[in-house]
Amino acid sequence: MTGSGIRFIAPLLVLMVVAFNAPIVYMLGLAFWEKGRGFTLEHYEGLLETPVYLRVLGNTMRIALIATIANVVIGYPLAHWMRGLGSRARMIAIALVVLPFWVSILVRTYAWIVVLGNGGLVNRFLQWTGLTDAPVSFLYNELGVTIGMANVLLPFLVLPLFATMIRIDDRLLQAAASLGAPPRTIFWKVYFPLTLPALAAGALLVFILCLGFYVTPAVLGGGRVPMISNLLDTLINQIPRWEQASAISTILLIVTLLIFAAYRRLDRKASA
Amino acid sequence: MSDIRLEGVTKRYGTFAAAEEVDLSVTQGEFVTILGPSGSGKTTLLSLIAGLNRPTSGRIFIGGRDVTNATAQERNIGLVFQSYALFPHMTVLQNVLFPLGVRKIGGAEADRLARDALKLVRLDGLENRRPSQLSGGQQQRVALARAVVFKPDILLLDEPLGALDRKLREELQVELKQLQRTLGVTTLLVTHDQEEALSLSDRIMVLDKGRTQQVAAPTEAYLRPANRFVAEFLGIANFVGLPDGRQGLVRPERVRLSTNGAANDSGKPAKIVEAIYLGQMVRYHLALEGAQSIVAAVPFLGTAHVPGEQVTVSWESADIWPVT
Repeated sequence: MTGSGIRFIAPLLVLMVVAFNAPIVYMLGLAFWEKGRGFTLEHYEGLLETPVYLRVLGNTMRIALIATIANVVIGYPLAHWMRGLGSRARMIAIALVVLPFWVSILVRTYAWIVVLGNGGLVNRFLQWTGLTDAPVSFLYNELGVTIGMANVLLPFLVLPLFATMIRIDDRLLQAAASLGAPPRTIFWKVYFPLTLPALAAGALLVFILCLGFYVTPAVLGGGRVPMISNLLDTLINQIPRWEQASAISTILLIVTLLIFAAYRRLDRKASA
Repeated sequence: MSDIRLEGVTKRYGTFAAAEEVDLSVTQGEFVTILGPSGSGKTTLLSLIAGLNRPTSGRIFIGGRDVTNATAQERNIGLVFQSYALFPHMTVLQNVLFPLGVRKIGGAEADRLARDALKLVRLDGLENRRPSQLSGGQQQRVALARAVVFKPDILLLDEPLGALDRKLREELQVELKQLQRTLGVTTLLVTHDQEEALSLSDRIMVLDKGRTQQVAAPTEAYLRPANRFVAEFLGIANFVGLPDGRQGLVRPERVRLSTNGAANDSGKPAKIVEAIYLGQMVRYHLALEGAQSIVAAVPFLGTAHVPGEQVTVSWESADIWPVT
């Protein structure tokens, strides 16, 4: 079985190795190998010695963290609210959450320019209500990038969280009430702990996706909010310094894998 | 420990009445079963008493206190669900400690109470297990311990043994009865299983389509049912014509069979249609003259009649109960 099976998938395996894995290994190896000199760590040393790289890395982590927190703060109540809806309203709510998945990420990001720009919906509303005199700049700064990323990634948090929430038996909550627990206690001692693994897994997933985001920071940041992917773009397409890009990629990959390992552990706990 | 009183309790969903003008009085320490087919409104009634739901009209009293508009939290009720409803993220001990923690009982006192409750349901030694590591019967015992650990005024059981297999169910019935007697707690059980109702309760309330059909002791309800519905729901019912034109109920075990012709005046010839061997008993389905059929349950003492055999059936006039 395995012997004959291998024959059928061998072409695909070769394609994967040649077209995908080999370039990655080559790319990662670039940082460790200097032509004519052999193994070297100098590109990693260069990373540490150039403050701008570390600043971008820190920047990326911070924006990813804020976007993740924004997702949790918006997504948890949203998923909880959806759980309480009737079956018809729930279908509509799910459709509205999923809808952005069907729209190209580029289109959605440009849509934010219309909404957040100086003459955009939000600013016109703020000025109309008299909350501000001058337009608030949402675009081409960290705020805009964070808003855009939080929007794009919201379904990744809401859907798994919602799936876990609707699996919680109402009778558990009724049992807690009959045992004398006030609503606050029911939420914090019964409901929240049961949703926590899914919340943590969803948040980690969002965080990982934030780390590699390219389109949204490029468009909404207008080049003024460099995140790691944009830095890599510069190092590869403009300067070009591939060895440096390779070193940064390796670090990004390791950080992502570590978080992914944590995600897998939590996800297994959530589905158990 | 308290009594329960329902006065004209009605629950409507739109035009559908899940419970209609239900009156019931359960005295302190009594074990009463609400028995009815699915959709009869028995679970609705229980959720109204538990405070998970509010009646459309009528009043509910627990221990003389009007709790009609009190929340579930304010009622001090032990509630056990068919689905156990144990908190899956807590251990057995933590589950039982939960109602104590809510009542601000902690430390060694709470620990002692919880362990006592677990000992009462014979689960000592399993304190640190998770509910998912226990069998169905054990989980239901944890739910029982959790429902009685805080000394509730009343105990409500919603088909507590429904999810268990027959043998386990019979074992737990005995335990439940003993537990209830030990604690002396006023208990209301909801079930569709007439055997369970007959074997456990001091009194039975039979419910159909949201209306009370009869409230009586098990033997009373079984032998002297208030109407045809109760007669048929509580067991196999033979109906025989009475001289005054009414129908009379004769339970299968009151029907006598003999082979030596007409032993007494009331004897009627009948043919065995089916003989079902049940271990202690044999159940015969018999055909009388005029296409009437009768079921008889006779102790099995070594020999049984076979289908096709001609016999004589008879019953005492004292064993006939007229029903409307």
